[in-house]
Amino acid sequence: MSHPSVVTIDSRSAPRTLFSGDQLVDVDLPTGTRVIYPKPPLAPLKDVNAAIRYAINHPYNSEPLYAKLRPGMKVTIAIDDISLPLPPMKRPDVRELVLTIVLDLLSDHGVDDVEMIIATSVHRRMTGPEVRHVVGDKIFNAYWPKKLYNHDGEDAANMSYIGSTELGEEVELNKRAVDSDLVIYVNLNFVPMDGGHKSVAVGLCGYRSLRSHHNPKVMRACHSYMDPGSSALATSVERMGRLTNQKLNVFTIETTINNRMFDRPLSFLAKNEDELTSTEKSSLRALRFTLSKLPQPARQAIFQRVPSPYGVTGVFAGETEAAHVHTLKRAYEQYLVPVTGQADILITGIPFISPYNVNSFLNPLLVQVMANGYLFNLYKGVPMVKKGGTMIILHPCTDQFDNEHHAPYIEFVHRLLPETRDAMELHKRFEAKFASNPAYIEMYRSGHAYHPAHPFFMWYWGEAGRQHLGRMIVVGADNEYIPKLLGWETARTMDEALRMAKTTAPARPEILALHCPPTLMAEVSAHPSRLSTPPDSLRG
Amino acid sequence: MAASYFDVDGTLVTTNLVHPTLFYLQNQPTPLHSFAKLGRALIKAPWMALAEMKDRRLFNEMLFSSFEGMSEDRLYLLAEETFEKVMKPKLYRGARDLVQTSLDKGHEVVLVSGALDFLMALLKDHLGATGVIANKLEIHDRYATGKLLRPVVAGPEKARLIREHARAGGHDLDECFAYSDSYSDVPMLSVVGHPAAVNPDRKLTHLAEAYHWPIIHLAA
Repeated sequence: MSHPSVVTIDSRSAPRTLFSGDQLVDVDLPTGTRVIYPKPPLAPLKDVNAAIRYAINHPYNSEPLYAKLRPGMKVTIAIDDISLPLPPMKRPDVRELVLTIVLDLLSDHGVDDVEMIIATSVHRRMTGPEVRHVVGDKIFNAYWPKKLYNHDGEDAANMSYIGSTELGEEVELNKRAVDSDLVIYVNLNFVPMDGGHKSVAVGLCGYRSLRSHHNPKVMRACHSYMDPGSSALATSVERMGRLTNQKLNVFTIETTINNRMFDRPLSFLAKNEDELTSTEKSSLRALRFTLSKLPQPARQAIFQRVPSPYGVTGVFAGETEAAHVHTLKRAYEQYLVPVTGQADILITGIPFISPYNVNSFLNPLLVQVMANGYLFNLYKGVPMVKKGGTMIILHPCTDQFDNEHHAPYIEFVHRLLPETRDAMELHKRFEAKFASNPAYIEMYRSGHAYHPAHPFFMWYWGEAGRQHLGRMIVVGADNEYIPKLLGWETARTMDEALRMAKTTAPARPEILALHCPPTLMAEVSAHPSRLSTPPDSLRG
Repeated sequence: MAASYFDVDGTLVTTNLVHPTLFYLQNQPTPLHSFAKLGRALIKAPWMALAEMKDRRLFNEMLFSSFEGMSEDRLYLLAEETFEKVMKPKLYRGARDLVQTSLDKGHEVVLVSGALDFLMALLKDHLGATGVIANKLEIHDRYATGKLLRPVVAGPEKARLIREHARAGGHDLDECFAYSDSYSDVPMLSVVGHPAAVNPDRKLTHLAEAYHWPIIHLAA
């Protein structure tokens, strides 16, 4: 018997409502299609502050935080950036709660030399209001911008090389953190690929370190980004993180949240359409109508500017790996939906947001990341779709970019992708020179642009999905050029897309559909008779 | 190797051509000389304003005619003081980083400015740049005639000079960078493969957005 979050479509089923960017689209799915819904949100902790205090006083595989403190020591607190969670959570953000308690503790123990770094790695710098949202007014007013600031991976004078792993992966980190007596990392774990060694070893590094694992070779060897045990990316980061923890005194504080992405007026978006009340059905119709009449920026604002009422479900502290085991367990508890049998065709809407477009537009390269990178990888076990299968997505694929945040993406998409889609060739021919473009680097350092290496990483991020999938079909694209550039076929309707997909599928294809957001993960076990083992290149 | 060509006034420093010129005029051998020079410049001001709107080259020629009669010694003697007091404090904070990043990436860094060459040479040394394309005063019997030597560095002429410089240095223009704040420098920005707008004026902002050129905002 299937899990309650897996709904099989029958002849009486209502159409499913899927995201297509910032629009909602009703699609009639064939009978027999299994639709995977997110699990209901886990109950949040009743007293988050008490949980934080307990976690730092009873850490895993580490002495309590207070026992590590001594007057006059140099402490750096690194904090996850705004790419987590999505959309940003309602205030107070759990990072504010953790920081408030930690800063009080440091003050009580005579630790005055404290600096806080937003661990952006090569992401864009967060703006003042974004940082304020995360850390709260009190901390922001007291520390920003001298003692609370964004990491700068291109500030050569403030980066420190600490060594290489046994496989030659170079670890270069923020100098302030390296020179500190204690580094406290305050994490917000949104999906299972977050946290752990990724926090310090990626969050505080620069391009020199990232190129060790953010490359097509490593990405092709990732079985699922969301399953660290079978991700070559996670394994590489782990090696670099272990080296980091040998050189730095790191105390990790990780937090998990539930998947309550939509507040009450929109909470029906996470529900099975067959179970909507008449009020909810009316609300859905009204929302769809409103969205269809509004201009794009207003549509985006409806979803993106309204913070999500996420509840904190866990706080785990201590030595990085020991704490992260518990974080992962809690994250899986929220997200994993057991699914038996892979599909021939996987259907999903692409929503309005990704980790890389908070407060900006989801441009075509990020649509690719969401499809081939994130959504394809929302599995544990075997992929949701069989090797060579088809993925159908819904998105307009509008040829639009944020001129500031995604400045280097524009050149990548319009100058480099027309030359080649081959990730290896892009890596070898173009990456090094593009990543050293001084104009883009200055936009990253002094503006709010992503680092020029980032669009390459975004393309590589889709590499495992591209290697696995046979076909990608996009429904509802408003142009032909972008899908073609990405190597995708187009269809005007879901029916047309399914007809196209069936031409290369078995006679009675297995169809799976993802109903997200909110976030979910499929724990897929292949049907014994239809096992599709990942190719050698995909084994971690 | 690529080359990066930087406009200076408004791009790397907040000052324009008028500021150092005024400093020179204020620092003549006697207050009377200064008064006379400033008075003449004031009379020419409306015409210079008109010239600025019509033709940047004409503006440069009118402005630098104020140097007529200044001795070569004085020009060089005051250069360092002008640089220290007028230009250096007005460097954008990020300008040095931007130039340094270009140098770090192995670029030849060339300042391209309508300002006078002896001032630009000091800025070049200060920033660690590798070359200068700037205006030169005509000197006759050790005194400035108030005329500029050809070619006058301004507007479209900057583009031609960059082309020549790149050709002479063996640089592929498609691989070169150019930075400016002003719409009047569109010809210079257009000849390279990687143009960028730095603190752009309104017209250049629109153009840069339309063509997706990087837009860099340096804090003063």
